[in-house]
Amino acid sequence: MKPVSMLLVIGLAAAVVAGACGTNPPPETAPQPNADSIAAAERARQDSINAAQAEADRLAREEAERIARQREADSLAALSRAGEEVRSMLAVMIHFDYDRSNVRPDDMATLDQKVAILQANPDLRIRIGGHCDERGSDEYNLALGNRRAQAAKQYLVSHGIDASRIETQSWGEERPLVDGHDESAWSQNRRDEFEIVSGGDALRRP
Amino acid sequence: MRSLIRLAIVWLAVWPSVRPAVGQDTSAIDRGVRIGIIYRPGVRPGLVMLPRQGAGLDSARAMIARDLDYSDRFEVITLPGGDSIRLSSPAPARNPTRAPSGTGARGGAQATAGTLNYPLYQALGADFALDITAAGDTTVVTLHDVAAGGVRRAIRARLPARGEPDFRQAVHRLADQALQAALGTPGIAATRVLFVKDGKVYQIDQDGAELKLVSASDRQAMSPAWGADGRRFAYMEFQAGRGQLFLQEMATGKRLPVATTGTALDFTPAFSPDGRTLAFSRATEEGTDLYTINVKDNCCLRRLTVGRFSDNLSPTFSPDGQRVAFVSTRPGLPQIYVMAADGTDQQLFAPFDYGVTGSSNAPDWSPDGQSVAFHRDVAGTLQVFVLDVRTRTVRQLTSVGRNEDPTWAPDSRHLAFVSDRSGYRQLWIIDLDTGRIRPLLQQSGARLPAWSPRLSEATSSTP
Repeated sequence: MKPVSMLLVIGLAAAVVAGACGTNPPPETAPQPNADSIAAAERARQDSINAAQAEADRLAREEAERIARQREADSLAALSRAGEEVRSMLAVMIHFDYDRSNVRPDDMATLDQKVAILQANPDLRIRIGGHCDERGSDEYNLALGNRRAQAAKQYLVSHGIDASRIETQSWGEERPLVDGHDESAWSQNRRDEFEIVSGGDALRRP
Repeated sequence: MRSLIRLAIVWLAVWPSVRPAVGQDTSAIDRGVRIGIIYRPGVRPGLVMLPRQGAGLDSARAMIARDLDYSDRFEVITLPGGDSIRLSSPAPARNPTRAPSGTGARGGAQATAGTLNYPLYQALGADFALDITAAGDTTVVTLHDVAAGGVRRAIRARLPARGEPDFRQAVHRLADQALQAALGTPGIAATRVLFVKDGKVYQIDQDGAELKLVSASDRQAMSPAWGADGRRFAYMEFQAGRGQLFLQEMATGKRLPVATTGTALDFTPAFSPDGRTLAFSRATEEGTDLYTINVKDNCCLRRLTVGRFSDNLSPTFSPDGQRVAFVSTRPGLPQIYVMAADGTDQQLFAPFDYGVTGSSNAPDWSPDGQSVAFHRDVAGTLQVFVLDVRTRTVRQLTSVGRNEDPTWAPDSRHLAFVSDRSGYRQLWIIDLDTGRIRPLLQQSGARLPAWSPRLSEATSSTP
């Protein structure tokens, strides 16, 4: 910095001397660099330094933002992964014996999981749909499907879930999951389905 | 005299085996062959259709012949060689040995019918001969009483043009009048069956003609049920687990929702005989219970059952309106129960063996009040049963394939039901007295049939 301003002062003084004695031939001195150009060069240099600095700052900022965004995305993905997981856990169906509506012992763990999910997500409301196979009577199956939905609801309520969070409906045999006329199809069709009514946007793992 | 001897012979020959065989589901598919058929208390009267030809007559004649055959009340005698052999007058068969010459001929039919060779028809086994002729725009149906050797009755009717919407019903009404003239009992030719296919309500004439869509809704329809006057029916529309009941006018297609229904799952509607009350099932948190509502004023919901731990559904009124048969799961599995129409005096109706008998469902009280048809799970499939209301005994009617959802014809001797005996589920009709079974609709997927009452001229008209 210092030599630069020294040079500038000398330059300016030389210019004044040259102007004052215009008639005199210029002294035989080594050609001086133009002070203006020096200043311009100096400004350009300074500008480039500033620009580089700004660029570096910007890059740093962007990098930081990118990292922040990435972190946020990662956590969102994790969150939604958890949500998806909970969602699919909630959708696991339970099944029934022919013409029966009692919850089978092997389905109790499935229902226990739904109890835990409902407890971890207090805003979550669900709907249980009871279904039947084609073997029973068409009209009776509407009553039986209702029983099956109620059976699952009763289980959840008896494990501490508020009844108002659970809707039920019966589909009778009108919506088979599997088309087929054998026990394999029938056993899959005798089921309760669970779906989310509301509060399912950010589900927490139990 | 001849017929008395014939009756006695048949009676003696088959008596020990008759009773259990009557009305049994012995043939998988009706093959058009009927051997040793017993008509209570004796042999069915023989009926011969006199051959006639004429523009417009053929279809009416064929329809009436089929209606009388489908009534299962006659031995319909096919003339040898069909219509090609002309056994009747006017020209050649004037038999002088036994010409009643107008003694039994009433009405104006003898002019066109002439006299018949009654002994010849009697020799063929005919008790009645039916002649259908045209006089101008009037169709004349002449019923000859062969044994008495004269005309029993001549029925004149101006039929709508063939192809007009009312033509077939008008012909069916003629067939019913002929049957009434012969036997003194009303027929079931002018009746229809409502049923559900692909979530829509259809109607079909009892002879399998005139298949027609009657429900206009996009929602899934179930459980059609006729009003006793035949002018309207109730049914259920199913959507998103909810069931709403509607009443629809047959003539106009206009439909009205039944008050209070549709917020829950309301299903299996049934009219009281006076048409004022609709009984139905409602599924709630507590289970399924029976309710009635006044459909005249669309008000006054009333609860008939309080099941709590059992389901109560599928009501059907006795024809006097005093009682309601229904399905209840109070014994663990669904069985047929009965109560007074106000919900009191609930008791078991169709007996069953606890732990042995399968589920029983879909009761339908016969129009004569004597029987309740229903279906019961037998060895993993469904079979149609009939409960005798007086003795409270049940008998199994079907045994071939899966048979369900029986519905009575107005004559209380025919039932329409769903059966997969032909390989897929379709509608069939069985005559309980002869055991004869015929397909009503040869299309897959038909279910939940409801047989109409007798349809008068006013009720059968289509817009």
